[in-house]
Amino acid sequence: MTQFPTQSPPKSTAQPEASPLTRAHHLDLYYYMQLNRQLEERMVRLFRQNKIVGGLYSSLGQEAVSVGTCYALEKRDWIAPMIRNIGALLVKGVPPRDIFTQHMAKFTSPTQGKDGTSHFGDLKVRHIVSPISMLGDLIPVMTGVAMAGRYLGQNIVALTWIGDGGSSTGAFHEGLGLAASQRAPFVLIIENNQWAYSTPVSRQVPVQNLADRGAAYGITSTIVDGNDVVAVYEATKEAVNECRAGRGPQIIEVKTMRMRGHAQHDPAEYVPKEMFDYWKARDPITLYEKYLTENKIWDAATKSEIDARIERELDVEQKFAEDSPLPPPELAEEGVYCDGCHKIEADWKRAKAEVMPPKSSIDPTWRLKDLPAYTQAAIAGGNGAKNPAQTAAPAPVAAPTPATSPAIQKSAPAPAPERAELQPEHLAAGVAAEDPAVPRVPFGRGPKDKAFRQSPENPQNKPAYSRAPKEKSFAQNSQQKSFSKGPRNKPFGKNAQGKPFTKNPQDKQGRR
Amino acid sequence: MSHTAPNLSSKAVPTSGPITMVDAIRQAMFEEMERDPAVVAIGEDIGVYGGAFKVTDGLLAKFGRERVIETPIAETAIIGAACGMSFLGLRPVAEMQFIDFIACCFNQVTNFVAKSHYLWGAPVPMVIRGPSGGGVHGGPFHSANPEMYFVHTPGLKVIYPSTPSDAKGLLKSAIRDNNPVLFFEHKYLYRRLKEEMPPGDYTVPIGKAIVRRPGRDMTIVSYAAMAHTAMEAAVELAKEGIEAEVIDLRTLLPLDKETILASVKKTNKLLVVHEDTRTGGIAGEIAALVFEGAFEDLDGPVARVTALDTPVPYSPPLEERFLPNTEKVVAAARELAKY
Repeated sequence: MTQFPTQSPPKSTAQPEASPLTRAHHLDLYYYMQLNRQLEERMVRLFRQNKIVGGLYSSLGQEAVSVGTCYALEKRDWIAPMIRNIGALLVKGVPPRDIFTQHMAKFTSPTQGKDGTSHFGDLKVRHIVSPISMLGDLIPVMTGVAMAGRYLGQNIVALTWIGDGGSSTGAFHEGLGLAASQRAPFVLIIENNQWAYSTPVSRQVPVQNLADRGAAYGITSTIVDGNDVVAVYEATKEAVNECRAGRGPQIIEVKTMRMRGHAQHDPAEYVPKEMFDYWKARDPITLYEKYLTENKIWDAATKSEIDARIERELDVEQKFAEDSPLPPPELAEEGVYCDGCHKIEADWKRAKAEVMPPKSSIDPTWRLKDLPAYTQAAIAGGNGAKNPAQTAAPAPVAAPTPATSPAIQKSAPAPAPERAELQPEHLAAGVAAEDPAVPRVPFGRGPKDKAFRQSPENPQNKPAYSRAPKEKSFAQNSQQKSFSKGPRNKPFGKNAQGKPFTKNPQDKQGRR
Repeated sequence: MSHTAPNLSSKAVPTSGPITMVDAIRQAMFEEMERDPAVVAIGEDIGVYGGAFKVTDGLLAKFGRERVIETPIAETAIIGAACGMSFLGLRPVAEMQFIDFIACCFNQVTNFVAKSHYLWGAPVPMVIRGPSGGGVHGGPFHSANPEMYFVHTPGLKVIYPSTPSDAKGLLKSAIRDNNPVLFFEHKYLYRRLKEEMPPGDYTVPIGKAIVRRPGRDMTIVSYAAMAHTAMEAAVELAKEGIEAEVIDLRTLLPLDKETILASVKKTNKLLVVHEDTRTGGIAGEIAALVFEGAFEDLDGPVARVTALDTPVPYSPPLEERFLPNTEKVVAAARELAKY
């Protein structure tokens, strides 16, 4: 009877014995997931106490996605979180106080109160790009981050998340198109939490898996159980490795469930109860606790130790936030421009001479080998530079064949429709040629407006536009009346005595 | 792969003598990319083809595909990627094939690029440049002056030069600026005038207007192609004994309030001429500025000559009607002079 999920989330392929994760790593994953959850639970309480200034967006049930993906990255890698990726921020080393203060609009927050929620970043140390509320825009931005990292020889990977809802935006598709054409070291996590606000994914996307969209860009895509943190970690790790090896962008669809409403104000009554029940039984933290116990990675004492540590830490962090002041009002006026407050310097990990002439110079022409349709050969020399080995550009590889969809070559093209089928009915039936005697009715004017037509009174075929009534100049207006309010015959600005009229009390009568 | 060094002679910028605005902009690009490897170019057809107006011609041959990045037709992707690159300290120069197409990436420009520094302290040192303006029968989607959307967006800088030397000097300043700069290139001016470039690595400061012609009777404020129209009108007016001072704004955001106010305090009259449409054009902002800062110095109403409040029409007589021209400016100035 229950129709969801349309497809059972695939079983985790993670095998403990094959996992490269050590015990410490495993406990880390638990720590960050539990920290994520407890932090958000505290914020729910703060929200109910009216201490959260704006909205509060919960990632309850999605902690394994934020934590598992970000944990697969290295320190040098870049992320751009979405609103429900607080767990990723924590993994990146953001202290919980930053999350508390952001939500409470405090002066001590990373944005000093200029923005809320997880809308903050850190270019220099943690490599975090702040999101904006418009969905999809991070995808081209992180593509640019990935391209710049490659250009500078940093060998970084850029990773961001998008929801099932955000995957319908234009920026999503433009960004993926560019990432694919540039073979950028970019990982996109499509976090399919089944709901875009109140609209189920089946009403937004006509494909069964959002990962299927990767095939359209020639991007390798993977589907993962988003509530299995080890599976999420391993899939991401593999994607990151692919990126670092120069094999271009990667997509991972993680299937999970948003266990609360869109935001705190939304009770999510539109979600069938059975759906919540289904996913509640698959809670990522409960599942992971079971996994740790069954694989004898921890015992009850370790769990209580970690839980107690989280409580202790959050007590301190929350107190810091609650005790912090709101920003001074005059801060609103500051920071529109960078007036030398930031030093902008790229971190070069390759010799600059490689990108400067004469080394950078190429023959700027297309050759047949650049056009695979004619040669059936892979594009060689991604950069086209004189010495391809010098660049961090990806090595030439065959186009990836996404496993999630049939190969494009096998799908026969649909027969082209007959020309007549494309004809609108009234045209197909045949319409008499336009009667030249009937003048066209110009936009904005009625047919009675003779001035606009060529007529016997206009034997020279003088263009009608020259006969349109002239606009009144301001001077004509000003002869009638000054444009300012009130009766005034004096010259504008000064009275007859040459004094500014604002100082003439008589003038005040005519003024507001 | 080996090949002979590409012959750039046909595409290189003339090294001496007067040059056009297209050449001046290209020269700025070459010089900045040679000076700083952090400067990269990104856009549609800017490589092998050299850009729709050949502004970037020769860049690919010299700097290669890593620095001259040809993209799909995806303006949001272009601006987003340029923004992301700037976060790592690069200084991308993104081309809109026609500046009209900037509407396609409006969100990326106004919400991501413009707000990053104010909200989370991330400077975005990038330039968005492209051909703008009418008078070349480009029709409604290839002739627009969309500068005011962006003048209304805190965090951006907006430049609109009128001469080749200003274009070169301002583009260099824009590339070196730590903020996102929109650089409008009036396509009517691309090849219609030539000018000798000042020697050496010279820049023109952002945010500084210039008095093109001194005068005592009224101030005409304008920019881009209309700065030339204003100058022509001033010559006509001088024959009638009206000495107009002509100010070329060059930068629209931040606006050079001091130069405008100082001139109006001297001439006591102000006429603003712009090719942008009337409602919401910068003339309204300048009028308000003068009311706030020089109200008691005014001897007449602030006048404006602008394009009509319509899309840019295609057919020559319609476009002519749409655009301001010397006659319209002279007529308005005559009326203003009566005060």
